[in-house]
Amino acid sequence: MTEYSERLLDKPVRKESPSALRFGWLIVIPLLAVLSQVYVPRFLSFLSYLELPLLITVYFALNRRSPVQAVFYGMSIGLVQDSLSNQPIGMFGIVKTLVGYFAASVSMRFDVENPVVTFILSFFFYFFHQFFYWVLARALLGEALSFDAQQTLVFGLLNAAVALPLFRVLDKLKVAA
Amino acid sequence: MDFFLSRYRNITVLLIAIVGQLLLIAYQVKSNKDVPLIRVWAVTAVTPVEQVLEVVRAHTWGFVEDYFVLLGVKNENEKLKHENGELKMENQYLKTELSTADRAQALSVFQAHSQSKTVAARIIGNGTGSNSKVVFVDRGSASGIESGMAVVTPDGIVGKVVDAYPTASLVMLITDPTFAAGVVSQKNHVRGTLKGQGHSECLIDYVQNEEPVDSGEMFFTSGDDRIFPRGFPVGRASAVRNGKTFKEIYVTPSGMQGGPEEVLIVLQGVHQEIPDGEVASPGYKILQPPADENGTKVGDLPAALVTDADRLKQQYKEAGQAQNHTFGEGIPGSKPPDFTKIPGIRAAAPAASSAKPASGAPAIPALPSADPNRPPTAPPTAAPGPANMPAPKPAAPKAPQTADAPKPKPRPTAPILVTDPTDADPDAAPPPAGARPAAPTQSSPPPATQKPAAARPQPPSNP
Repeated sequence: MTEYSERLLDKPVRKESPSALRFGWLIVIPLLAVLSQVYVPRFLSFLSYLELPLLITVYFALNRRSPVQAVFYGMSIGLVQDSLSNQPIGMFGIVKTLVGYFAASVSMRFDVENPVVTFILSFFFYFFHQFFYWVLARALLGEALSFDAQQTLVFGLLNAAVALPLFRVLDKLKVAA
Repeated sequence: MDFFLSRYRNITVLLIAIVGQLLLIAYQVKSNKDVPLIRVWAVTAVTPVEQVLEVVRAHTWGFVEDYFVLLGVKNENEKLKHENGELKMENQYLKTELSTADRAQALSVFQAHSQSKTVAARIIGNGTGSNSKVVFVDRGSASGIESGMAVVTPDGIVGKVVDAYPTASLVMLITDPTFAAGVVSQKNHVRGTLKGQGHSECLIDYVQNEEPVDSGEMFFTSGDDRIFPRGFPVGRASAVRNGKTFKEIYVTPSGMQGGPEEVLIVLQGVHQEIPDGEVASPGYKILQPPADENGTKVGDLPAALVTDADRLKQQYKEAGQAQNHTFGEGIPGSKPPDFTKIPGIRAAAPAASSAKPASGAPAIPALPSADPNRPPTAPPTAAPGPANMPAPKPAAPKAPQTADAPKPKPRPTAPILVTDPTDADPDAAPPPAGARPAAPTQSSPPPATQKPAAARPQPPSNP
């Protein structure tokens, strides 16, 4: 194990986040994320690959480092997404619940302020989100969806690339705890 | 229990959340029902913001978008203008081609139906000078064109050839001030001389003020000038007024309307009858005149000016029919009809003998009849004079005048053709063998070729 990896695993183990978002931002930001997902692709169709609600869930989970809060936060965002879709409510809720939980769990083991870690986690959770949603759709709804792994990987990279500046912007909104 | 919850709190919450959502999905799938409350909340929360965003977008991004759209519209507008211009040019070109094809077809039809031998030519240029009234046509002496040939269109006469070159000819238009041609009116058969005026209208000169000419009356070529065959349209009188000595009759040339581009050059002219009825504009068909209450067509009624010759001819005809004799079919030596049984012959003889001139003029005046189907007779003095001189008047030929017969002859209502003087008046003295009629115009060439069949009508009363 190298010195860098040891630092990644050992140093950032913290119980409390030094700063947190205001409560209002916790409501407005996911709402804007969902809104952008349903509104922006109308005019900029090439941005339809962006999964901003997922990135917001990951960001919140990594920053709060509380699996319980992340579970409810992810579930809420997912349910809102389900409400604006034409599928049964709970599909995105379950997936984002899991993403929030695992992201919060991982955040206690890694230095989530490191851009590389943030990039990798964002990419991983995007792939996990898409894959698990495909599994749920086939298992629970019996839908014959296809899963394009290559496209999902590319979109995962793009979402991870977007996550880096997005997380920096959201960090600016944090206030000292 | 407390230990379990505190140790596995996170996973317990996760499982509860997952199971709860699984049950929610199972309920929706099983009952095929939705959870409207959650959707209503979500939609109510999202859509107002979406509406605000849409309004903001419409007034900001939409404005910018419209700006770029307008930039594109400007470029597209210029492109469309250019394309429109090209289409207009193409449309004009096609219209010109179509018009040319129509004119060529009209010329071809006219050429096929005309008795005169003609050759089609195209006007290829004007003569030099701003007031030039001469044009060049693309047919020359190589095509048989000679100076003095008439140039016509189906609508009317255009001019005459003044110079013929191997590949082109110079045509003087009828609007040229030095142009002159003999014309005759359609309705009253008043003869005159058409003169160009240098503008769009021509003047008909040498028509006495006493002679009736109506405004709007059609004029035809009289054939007196030996250039234009008789019967070609000239134009319609646009203004008629009395002058000091002669009438001032202005004619709008029908052959010059629209600027002719294709013309016909008359190689061998054949005189034609001047139509009695109203001549419709080219391309229009007019109906036959209506019949009166007795079923007789108006056009079949005898003309107002019926001469003694007409009446005498009718008497001979009726007498021949009564004796089963048809004039003109008897062979030499056959039995002639009994002329003593003609009812009015004895009654007419004294009047005729009283009117007979001392020089031995015939008792039956050889005046033209109003019957258009009968070949007209012409006085021997109807030979044309120069075109710029007064045309010979049929009502005042060089017929012998007698002291005991001062009654003027009625005006002829049928055309008088240029014929051999010996045809019309058998009692008149024949002209000298070498005598030739005067030249029709100051620059006119030798007389145009005429077919004797058309120019020499046979006397109708020759049994």
